[in-house]
Amino acid sequence: MSDSAYSFVELQEICRTDRYVQYELFFGPNFPGMHGNFGYILDVAGSTIVGVRPNPGLLHRGFEKLMEQKSWIQNISLIPRICVPDPDPNEAAYCQAIEKIMGLEVPPRGRYLRTIVLEMSRLSSYLMGMGALGAMMGLYTGMYRMINDRDLLMDLFEWLTGARIYHIYMLPGGVRRDLPEGWSQRLSEVLDTLEGNLPEWDRLVFENPVVVKRLTGIGPVTDAEAVSYGLTGPNLRAAGVRADIRIDDPYAAYPELEVEIPITGGGDALARAVQIRLEYEATIRLLRRVLRAIPGGAFRTPIGNPLKFTVPAGDAYARVESSKGEFGYHVVSDGGLKPYRVSVRGPSLPAGLALCHKHLPGMLIDDVAIWMASLAVCPPDFDR
Amino acid sequence: MFKKSVLSPFATWKNFLRWPTTVRYPKEDIDTLPLPGASPSYRGLHINDHELCIGCGTCEEICTTTAITMVEGGKTGEGRKAVVPRIDYGRCCYCGFCVDACTSGSLSMSRDYIHTADHPVNVMGEPEIRQIAGQFIIVPEMERSGNPGHSTPDELSWLDLERESMEQLPPETRVESFMEVVRGFSREEAKREASRCVECEVCVDSCPAQMEIPQYIRAIWDGDLHRAVEIIYHTNPLPGVCGRICTHKCESVCSISLRGEPVAIRWLKRYAVDNLPDDELRQAMLAGQITRRKEKVAVVGSGPAGLSAAYYLALAGFRVTVFEALSKAGGMLRAGVPSYRLPDDSLDRDIEAITSLGVEIRTGVRVGRDLEFKKLSQQYDAVFISTGLHMGRRLRFEAEVLPGVQQAVDLLRQARLGGDIPLAEKIVVIGGGNVAMDIARTLARLQRRRDGRVDIHAVCLEPRDAMLADEEEVVEAGEEGIVVINAYGPSEIRTSGGNGEAHVTGVEFTRCLSIFDESGAFRPRFDENDRVFLEAELVVEAIGQAADLGYLPEEITRELEMTERRQVQVSEEGQTSVPWLFAGGDIVRGPDAITGIADGRRAARGIEKYLDAGGRKG
Repeated sequence: MSDSAYSFVELQEICRTDRYVQYELFFGPNFPGMHGNFGYILDVAGSTIVGVRPNPGLLHRGFEKLMEQKSWIQNISLIPRICVPDPDPNEAAYCQAIEKIMGLEVPPRGRYLRTIVLEMSRLSSYLMGMGALGAMMGLYTGMYRMINDRDLLMDLFEWLTGARIYHIYMLPGGVRRDLPEGWSQRLSEVLDTLEGNLPEWDRLVFENPVVVKRLTGIGPVTDAEAVSYGLTGPNLRAAGVRADIRIDDPYAAYPELEVEIPITGGGDALARAVQIRLEYEATIRLLRRVLRAIPGGAFRTPIGNPLKFTVPAGDAYARVESSKGEFGYHVVSDGGLKPYRVSVRGPSLPAGLALCHKHLPGMLIDDVAIWMASLAVCPPDFDR
Repeated sequence: MFKKSVLSPFATWKNFLRWPTTVRYPKEDIDTLPLPGASPSYRGLHINDHELCIGCGTCEEICTTTAITMVEGGKTGEGRKAVVPRIDYGRCCYCGFCVDACTSGSLSMSRDYIHTADHPVNVMGEPEIRQIAGQFIIVPEMERSGNPGHSTPDELSWLDLERESMEQLPPETRVESFMEVVRGFSREEAKREASRCVECEVCVDSCPAQMEIPQYIRAIWDGDLHRAVEIIYHTNPLPGVCGRICTHKCESVCSISLRGEPVAIRWLKRYAVDNLPDDELRQAMLAGQITRRKEKVAVVGSGPAGLSAAYYLALAGFRVTVFEALSKAGGMLRAGVPSYRLPDDSLDRDIEAITSLGVEIRTGVRVGRDLEFKKLSQQYDAVFISTGLHMGRRLRFEAEVLPGVQQAVDLLRQARLGGDIPLAEKIVVIGGGNVAMDIARTLARLQRRRDGRVDIHAVCLEPRDAMLADEEEVVEAGEEGIVVINAYGPSEIRTSGGNGEAHVTGVEFTRCLSIFDESGAFRPRFDENDRVFLEAELVVEAIGQAADLGYLPEEITRELEMTERRQVQVSEEGQTSVPWLFAGGDIVRGPDAITGIADGRRAARGIEKYLDAGGRKG
């Protein structure tokens, strides 16, 4: 205060006589609660938002163009970076698109291993999502405790794939490594631990009156709206629409597995929070089923020399049900050593860039971060 | 669904007295992993075993972040490039692709991942930046091998370790005739085989002709046979021949062979040449405009060296005449290689391509008998001799004068160019090289044709794993009914009868204990108590060949320097101690076709240089 150019009294006077009704507020990367290097330029009147302009570009890393410069196989180490908390759907969708063009079969064990990794990635992403929801309201305990649980999954990722965050585990035709000895046993123990901790998360977050009160009514979406905006994944299901790519357009081992999809309905932030909480539990059950059903045999179809790996001319769109919704890769090949074009459909795109125009005006500044967390807006997947 | 209660959140206080479940390195044993520290398959800082690393550079090629650069270092030797990967950890993303694609298995990763500068970073000026950069740009060696992480055993390697299978005539069919055994690749097979190559170029140095192997394999992979053949002709004008019978030293050093089967370089070359139409082949081999010159060059001997020299001399614009003593051109390729390995058609096609450049080949002219060597030296500006090793070495047994003891080279020549070949019910071939296998397999076909069965023993000094013949030759000989006996040396050729009626009855062999003495000289030791006797009416000696340089006049032989091994001494460019006389092929080194081809090309360069400098007048 002391080094301010104005005294408190002077500031009060300025505010009283201020003729401006609206201010522009840059809700950007260093604004508390913002997810990543993204920004909204908000027009605010007092604490209420009256207009919004999404400001992507700060996070643009040129992934799609980079992919055209690197070989088919090299891209696999690049693409998980599109989405940090849930990187595996990128690998899966990219590989599936290649496999579609080539007509390449993945052996059953390879498909199951992919499923395990994808579902573990979903769990770890949901843990982060649930934790973040609390953190957006100042409830950091949940974030810390859930990140702790997520660490158990990271350890398993590290053991299976060799890395904690960017697993770089899948290859066209299968996966890079088989399950290490003792790994499945350890996964089921970890699943028990995660399930055992659920009541605590419920009490901390979902039975917390403050959380419930804050979430209720934020960003309501009706089922028709959700469909017209192109929302996918938990956001769509929370609006009462029964849709899941794992069932509608099954891939990996999902055709052989029973996939539960809880539907909350309601469509507001609370419904979305409860949706991922229920899906988290369903995912634990699904992983147990996968572990029971995993077949033996080969886990990769050989694709030959990686330096001379080519994909026949053609294009394909492959999609994966990620923790945030539909992650899609449209891959175009001209038959060469590198992709001709790869276009990525990030699941956060409809909410982060379109739905914000509908929801944010009228909302308080304090609720923007909660709104983003509840819709799982993860800017890196659309601002690539 | 959930009961709201203001007290609910306090449930988490129960963790207040718990130990933290994550702790900082190095005590990060969260009891998930089987070992303390990072996981057993962790992709951390690299380990590279320089004993194994061949410097192929596949890691550099696959590296996603261009973090790997090959720098001088590592071991030198055959099949090695004396470079090793240097990794810039400022760029590395630890994907481990380099490890999965490593041809030798030398590269792996450790569980070490903490990587910091060893002093507080205070980047003020250029030298500091360089010093710090130096700590992050490392040539990995074995210092982290005590803490191994991600590694790739052969079965997980990304390389294509399995060779495309080559269709061959089954043993029972091929022994019936002299039909070519190997059928050649189809287009798809060739493309798949070519795709296995990682273009490391270790093969190039091992090839006597230094053929641009990765480049032509790449062209084959691209489906551009014209380009492939063009590249092949840069260094080898007998691709149809080499695509069949080359000793393929390239394949024995192929980096893929370290973990799997080498790339079938020889068959790929054959595929490219065989499948390019004649007119396109002529275009591909021309390699630009030829500027005619008036100088004339004589080539004595139309084997691989002579033909190769003739081709490159013709390209340089010289008028070239090749003299061949036999009735057909090709030298040892024609007279020494059975047609089931090298059919006449393929050899003729290569030779016709060379003669299409204006090279004249005079067959049936034995220099020294039909044409004096002195005349050649007067009529031509330079002479290249490559007369090969057509004289079989003898064991010096008394019985060698009998018709029942024959030389392999003579029989092979007769088999190819016509002539009566003595056959017998039981045959013994002495020797374990390619010539021994060739004659045994040739006689097997003839025996089969005459008697309907094969009874041939091939006996050699070497143990099975040290035999001089190519592995496939030995295996195929076995499949065709030839019994190969290892580690026995002949002690006596027994005969019966006498005074004009003497005939061979068999050979007695003694067990060979070792072939070379401590100094590496050929001095076999035998176990006199271990003897075997093989009945035979025909004994074929295939223990080596010698050159016959009798056509050279005395004044030249006097001047001509020879090596210790009785080979003609030549300069780097094939020039002998007689300046206008150049030499190459088996009389200089080898013996094999590709070395001869390389000699011919080198000598052509030497002759061009010599004549550019004015030749005899200069």
